[in-house]
Amino acid sequence: MNASHEGFAQLKFRDPVRARGLSETLARVAQEIGRNPVSIMHVCGSHEQAIARFGLRATLPRNLNVIMGPGCPVCITDVPEVDEGVALARQGVRIATYGDMVRVPGTVMSLADAQAEGARVDVVYSVAQAVELARQSPEPIVFFATGFETTAVATAAAVLADPPSNFFVLSAHKYIPPVMEIVAEMPNTRVEGFLAAGHAATITGWGVFEPFVARQKLPVVVAGFEPLDILAGLVKLVELIRDRAVSVENMYPRCVTKEGNLRAQEQLWRVFRPIGGRWRGIAHVPNGNLRLRDEYAQLDARKQFEVDVTGLWDYAPPALVHECICGDIMAGIKSPTDCALFGKECVPHSPVGACMVSSEGTCKIWHQYGGHPDLSSHSGGYGAVCTR
Amino acid sequence: MCLGVPGRVVEVNGLLAIVDFWGVRKEIRLEVVDEPVQPGDYILNHVGYAIRRIPTGEVDATLALYEELLAHSEREDDLMAADITSEIQGAGDERKP
Amino acid sequence: MVDIRICHPTLEDTVPSVLDERITLKYGAGGPAMRTLIQQVFVEGMAAPHDGDIGLAAMDDGAALRIGDKWLVMTTDSHVIHPVFFPGGDIGRLAVSGTVNDLAMMGATDVLGLTCAVIIEEGFPRADLVRIQQSIRESCAEAGAVIVTGDTKVMGKGELDGIVLNTTGIAITARVVTDSGLRVGDRLIVTGTIGDHGMAVMAKRHGLALDGNLCSDVAPLNGLMRAVLDRVPGAIVAMKDPTRGGLASALHEMAAKSRVGIVLDEMALPVTPQVRAAAELVGIDPVNVANEGKAVLGVRPDAANAVLNALREHPLGRNAAIVGQCTDERIGAVILDTGFGRRLVIEPEGELLPRIC
Repeated sequence: MNASHEGFAQLKFRDPVRARGLSETLARVAQEIGRNPVSIMHVCGSHEQAIARFGLRATLPRNLNVIMGPGCPVCITDVPEVDEGVALARQGVRIATYGDMVRVPGTVMSLADAQAEGARVDVVYSVAQAVELARQSPEPIVFFATGFETTAVATAAAVLADPPSNFFVLSAHKYIPPVMEIVAEMPNTRVEGFLAAGHAATITGWGVFEPFVARQKLPVVVAGFEPLDILAGLVKLVELIRDRAVSVENMYPRCVTKEGNLRAQEQLWRVFRPIGGRWRGIAHVPNGNLRLRDEYAQLDARKQFEVDVTGLWDYAPPALVHECICGDIMAGIKSPTDCALFGKECVPHSPVGACMVSSEGTCKIWHQYGGHPDLSSHSGGYGAVCTR
Repeated sequence: MCLGVPGRVVEVNGLLAIVDFWGVRKEIRLEVVDEPVQPGDYILNHVGYAIRRIPTGEVDATLALYEELLAHSEREDDLMAADITSEIQGAGDERKP
Repeated sequence: MVDIRICHPTLEDTVPSVLDERITLKYGAGGPAMRTLIQQVFVEGMAAPHDGDIGLAAMDDGAALRIGDKWLVMTTDSHVIHPVFFPGGDIGRLAVSGTVNDLAMMGATDVLGLTCAVIIEEGFPRADLVRIQQSIRESCAEAGAVIVTGDTKVMGKGELDGIVLNTTGIAITARVVTDSGLRVGDRLIVTGTIGDHGMAVMAKRHGLALDGNLCSDVAPLNGLMRAVLDRVPGAIVAMKDPTRGGLASALHEMAAKSRVGIVLDEMALPVTPQVRAAAELVGIDPVNVANEGKAVLGVRPDAANAVLNALREHPLGRNAAIVGQCTDERIGAVILDTGFGRRLVIEPEGELLPRIC
């Protein structure tokens, strides 16, 4: 009955035997480096999700610090951007968005809160569904578009596929490569290597990391999302660190090539242009935000609607937002336990910052797992060990 | 930020494909896939769009890559790693599709 | 450069202490928020039941009131599901099954009677109402239950979303099984595949357009439970039906109330290929998904195989499996052994939404 042992080839990447072998290899190589800790960063929420879901943290070597960087697109969507979506919803405009975004708090409230007050928010699995909603409805549908370049490609395709005139896009899409530079250049950073997101790289190609590697002298390994992919990616990265090798390695060749998916890139950059902007908690990221080009002004929600965020400021904005240190956490320089609000005013059922809302937010994971729980079966340990 | 799930193409109609994911079928859009796809191909799906046609040889190539990692770090005196490698070699054939 | 701190997750940690000013959807989702709401708004201040009775404060599947040497078991449910008709069932079948199953989860498998109150929105099609009623009749026949009284109200268009059903059930039983009787070493058994109902409904509700026979498992379980409770008396020491919040929520409650820890074996969880596929596609974990025709049983270790065999002999228990056991570590926590490592199972907070990330 259990499908884990049937199905097609992909499931080979969940083989526990190979996984054990890779875990042992990882521990051995990390040991060879000799430093404690060795810090590496991944910049993909789905990597954190996969690590958490498969229970890999319980098997990582003690001296390897795998930090989650600003790779959760929900977490780094800045408050004013969330407010734009919320404001539109409260103005009576029907919003369609991905489920991940619905509970992220803005200045005063999230889309879910707006929905509780009567706003219409549809959760969709695909931008194509939002287009379909627009086809079936006489009223405007604004697609609140969040996600990194992998997801922006889908939005671009939808824009280019001649959507109905009542379909609009409010773009909060982000572009990952620029933020890696920012993190690498932060003064307190101790990151010695990066694990890059395999599906974003499927679009962009691994070649985009070569200039980064040359500039920052830090290795980058592109990894997939199955347990074996992640473990193998980590093994490769610690090997590069051990050997002081400065290069880009592709450990996800079944999906990633050097130049990437040119057809997708062409559509992406035809529809979107990168602009500098704020990511939640990380000052300014040059070329980190994606906005619709002028040629597509007719479906740009920012141009076609008067988005009135001032209405939100009639409520006293909670002061807590100013104490939120999600930015430092996402940059890997602070940990959740450094935050005065963590576990007190900011908890999963009433989050202050996005790190606590998103299923892969660092704070959410730490709070629910009690830090990085020591769950190894031989530990005999009681309680969680929070390590940083 | 990349929930990408692989599936097998069952039918293609212009820019739409019916794709099978472990027995569940879904219509997936082909506007941005890198290569033309036909029934029998595997694609990677992200939010209802195919973003990659996964070449058939690649799965085995990737597994070989991982085994190389294991073999590489083997020491002569490391019996544990040797045990694991032979366990893998023994188990590998059962899982061919 | 490693800052080490020991954090013990306690039972108190799992009960949030802050309630929002306004009730949002998560308060109905079966998880911690809902339990806090019930505790702080409904239970607090309410007089306790008579000595020996199981009442509101126990927050079990139903109430059990002593009558002589027997128990009168009562339960009530309101049903607001949308869509009203879904693959495998409808709100009528859900109403009957839900109430019959709550009674069964207290050990009361012979239903004395059910009530059914409907609140209908103006404009609701009569044909749909008839179809729902037909479904109620069929489900009652399956459960050997009868609707003995009811109520009918109509509200104006827009004042209600379609239809709301409320069902109350009563039964008399000589044996009561709570959800807090687990002890260290006890095994956990699920009566069949998990995630069927929630994934079928989610696929329909969010227009996921998945073609794969995703079908709700909604069904009355009293027949199955009667067979097993009669065959292996005393072996089942705790029971719960994992509805909203899925297996994760049910196990959390049982673990917390019983004061044990639980370790689940992910590879042993029975999941249909369709549910697994659909869940993968939308980034949902089947342990968090609602079931409406399943139960999770806490069983004494030496009786586990006997219970399993008894379950598997019944059509509704063919896919029963032993999926975990109770430990004395991490009281109140549920750990999942993934086969690659281990992680804590987190209770879902609020309605499950499809994820792209």
